[in-house]
Amino acid sequence: MITLKVQDLSKNFGSTEVLKKINLEIEEGNFLVLLGPSGCGKSTLLNIIAGLETIDEGTVFIDDYNVSEVEPKDRNIAMVFQSYALYPSMNVKENMVFGLKQSKTSKEKIEEQLKKVSSFLHVDELLNRKPSQLSGGQRQRVAIGRALVREPRIFLFDEPLSNLDAKLRVEMRREIKKLHQTLKTTVVYVTHDQTEAMSLGTNIAIMNHGVIQQYDTPENIYNKPNNTFVADFIGSPSMNLINGQLAKEANNVSFIPEGSNQSGKVSLNNYNFVKSPQESGNDIYFGIRPEHIHYKKTNDTDFEVNLRADLKEYVGHEQIITFNYYSQEILGKFPSTVKIETGQEMKLFFDLSQISVFDKKTNKRI
Amino acid sequence: MFKWLEKNLPKVVLAPAVGLISWFVYGFILWTLYISFTNSKILPKYELWGFGQYTKLWASRKWLIAVDNLLIFTALFLIFCIVIGIILAIFLDQKIRAEGVLRTIYLYPMALSFIVTGTAWKWILNPTLGLQKLFIDMGFENFTFDWLVNREMAIYTIVIAGVWQSAGFIMALFLAGLRSIEDEIVKAAKIDGANLFTVYWKILIPMMRPVFFTSFVVLVHISIKSYDLIVALTQGGPGISTTMPALYMTQTAFHKSQVGLSAASAMMMFMAVAAVIIPYLYSELRRENVS
Amino acid sequence: MSANISATSYKQLEQKSKLKNMLLRWFLYFVLILFASYFIFPLYVMIVTSLKTMPEIRQGNLITWPSQLNFKPWAVAWGGRGYGAGDTFLRPYFWNSIKMVVPAVVASTFIGAMTGYVLTKWRFKGDSWIFLFLLFGCFIPFQAILLPMARTLGVLGISNSILGLVVVHTVYGIPFTTLFFRNYYVSIPNELIKAARIDGAGFFKIFFKILLPISAPIIVVTVIWQFTQIWNDFLFGSTFSFGEAAPIQVALNNMVLSSTSVKEYNVDMASAIIAGFPTLIVYVLAGKYFIRGLTSGAVKG
Repeated sequence: MITLKVQDLSKNFGSTEVLKKINLEIEEGNFLVLLGPSGCGKSTLLNIIAGLETIDEGTVFIDDYNVSEVEPKDRNIAMVFQSYALYPSMNVKENMVFGLKQSKTSKEKIEEQLKKVSSFLHVDELLNRKPSQLSGGQRQRVAIGRALVREPRIFLFDEPLSNLDAKLRVEMRREIKKLHQTLKTTVVYVTHDQTEAMSLGTNIAIMNHGVIQQYDTPENIYNKPNNTFVADFIGSPSMNLINGQLAKEANNVSFIPEGSNQSGKVSLNNYNFVKSPQESGNDIYFGIRPEHIHYKKTNDTDFEVNLRADLKEYVGHEQIITFNYYSQEILGKFPSTVKIETGQEMKLFFDLSQISVFDKKTNKRI
Repeated sequence: MFKWLEKNLPKVVLAPAVGLISWFVYGFILWTLYISFTNSKILPKYELWGFGQYTKLWASRKWLIAVDNLLIFTALFLIFCIVIGIILAIFLDQKIRAEGVLRTIYLYPMALSFIVTGTAWKWILNPTLGLQKLFIDMGFENFTFDWLVNREMAIYTIVIAGVWQSAGFIMALFLAGLRSIEDEIVKAAKIDGANLFTVYWKILIPMMRPVFFTSFVVLVHISIKSYDLIVALTQGGPGISTTMPALYMTQTAFHKSQVGLSAASAMMMFMAVAAVIIPYLYSELRRENVS
Repeated sequence: MSANISATSYKQLEQKSKLKNMLLRWFLYFVLILFASYFIFPLYVMIVTSLKTMPEIRQGNLITWPSQLNFKPWAVAWGGRGYGAGDTFLRPYFWNSIKMVVPAVVASTFIGAMTGYVLTKWRFKGDSWIFLFLLFGCFIPFQAILLPMARTLGVLGISNSILGLVVVHTVYGIPFTTLFFRNYYVSIPNELIKAARIDGAGFFKIFFKILLPISAPIIVVTVIWQFTQIWNDFLFGSTFSFGEAAPIQVALNNMVLSSTSVKEYNVDMASAIIAGFPTLIVYVLAGKYFIRGLTSGAVKG
């Protein structure tokens, strides 16, 4: 069952188009992450789903009902904010039950819900404290608790972890995942952090300039990016996008890196083109992730090159090496146990089963 | 010598300000304090006379009226300024068209001197040609409005003019306070189903506690110091019915030449202000140190 | 909350809230405009009264529009009637006020800037106590210093002079100007000062070449604040000066209170507008800075 559907949604702030004809559907129980750089429109989209922002064009459906004009409180949603937005003048208990009180829920029901949620989130000890007396992680729990007691159809999260320090962020991320696994409620989650998106989401919508660039599972987003934006945005370091041309002769399709004079031809015969017939001589990007450049041969189809290591960045468990590939900079990622000297050539293997190819004109996957 | 100067330059630069304030503020207050314990008349005398001036002060009918008036004025001035200030701030915060113009109108009296304010209101409240005539012309034939010359009511005319002058400022303080609240709080409340009234009453106004405190201090401070407005509006009259401590102090010193008594009244005012200001400064500094 | 709400009830909710919203907004505007008229009313009355003739004032009421714009009261308020004794008018006092305000504003602003600079960028042990020491000066009721000040001005031989008032206003302005500059400089990163010191700039060079050029906003706030305070002052003016050395607020008060001849309300109102004009103009032109000064110097009143 489709819990949330967004249809042809557009939104302008003055003359700037924040959202352009957004279409999105999410099945019940899924965890949708809206991911993108700041200013891409993801928070606006979330606010529109919540009913906190008006719609210029298009429709929002929750459970098949058009809720475009419905007040936030009547949309059957709950939201967790980046700043937690706990009411400073109320204690934890009052914060958590405020929504239920507004909807005239019976006292017994309120008590019951409060008890259930506070023990579930381990905040029972904190009920009489004011938000100012809580740590960041505790505030986060209370904010989630406030959303939980309402038993909403959809949970909305607006960058809930970005005010926490790195260690706590990882912990809370895991808790949110657990929460979703237990409750199986539909979630829409906004973040700019790709790790959060990949680890939490069952579906990810990557946004840029008010347009959804790709809406897919985390695996597909990582392995088969739709366009160079997605390819570049996901992964750290980003995917290498090597300039070059497509060459087609007889049944062989191959990639010729810029400045290689045919000699560095890389065969694309095993690559799954989106549409097969491609014109020879087209400018393309050959995309390969740093982690798919190996220092020893793993597959038969691996493509062997000899490259000079120019720069070494040691980051503990691994090292990132900058190589010179026909005067283009490409990065490779290796375990830090591999011995690599800068200034020396080394034998490398491109894993051709993991590559992506993009048209240089449209920036789209081909 | 040069080396010393170079090293202590910051302190040397600070010296004029510190010196001037030590002398003109602290020295002078001590001098006034000392004089309040002497029997100084037209010229200061330096033999101590004990608490005589204070006893005399608190036995003086005029001073007691002044204190009474101050209490009445402060209470009403506080209530009206804060209530009007909050209402205007909340209403202006609702994405009002022409907010800028309205704000400018509410606040412009603050740019005027109390003498100008007093002069204007004196004319408006004028019992023959002022508001009274306006209402009679409008058809309320038996309307009388003589507060300005009525012993019982004259103090309220000072409240009317004072509120007119200062309410806009309180509005500005509250508006700034409301605007500094993160909008996520309001969003959260909307999702929780709170209506506008509940949002303000239960969430935003309780968050304005520091603004209430500041407004309280500012307004009490203004009212203790009220002088110009009374001079311009009533000169303390009719009779002495609108005398306030600040007016009492200057009249006693410069018209009655009772320097010692006047110093005692000045010290009473000083203590009243200190009682309000010191806790305020303390809390402000603590807040600054925390953040 | 957990049950699904049917489509029709969504619709009803929407209509109800729309109607309620509209009524609420009408109410909002009504109240806001009501108060706006309370605030604007005295200014309107002042202006129309100043443009009427005395007979017209007696015939009409506060709000009637003058049948014919009569600028005579303004001329009288500003330049007098042209006969000798007893003819008080604002022109000389207006200039008195200018002569008092300009040096006092410049001096107190400069001292405040230097003090604020030292207190934030050349910190030493006990500096926050010095700040507190200065800050307290913002709050004292001036009645507590009137008597010794009068004597001091007498001893210095500058009582009843503009110079005397300049001194008084400069001194009692320092706590405020220090407060403004200190709070502004606190927000400027100390790295800037460190970088300048490494580049070899000294105490004064850092102040004049680095801090002062980026102090424009706070200078505007301070100047406006001091200007308004000093221009509008009555207590010091009326205590330490009389007759020809008086500033404009004192002269205005004397004019309005003088009971020598028949009350001329139109001249009174024209005078009041003239006395309030400079600060009103500053407020209209630089309201933002005016309000910023008010909120940070809040407590003087």
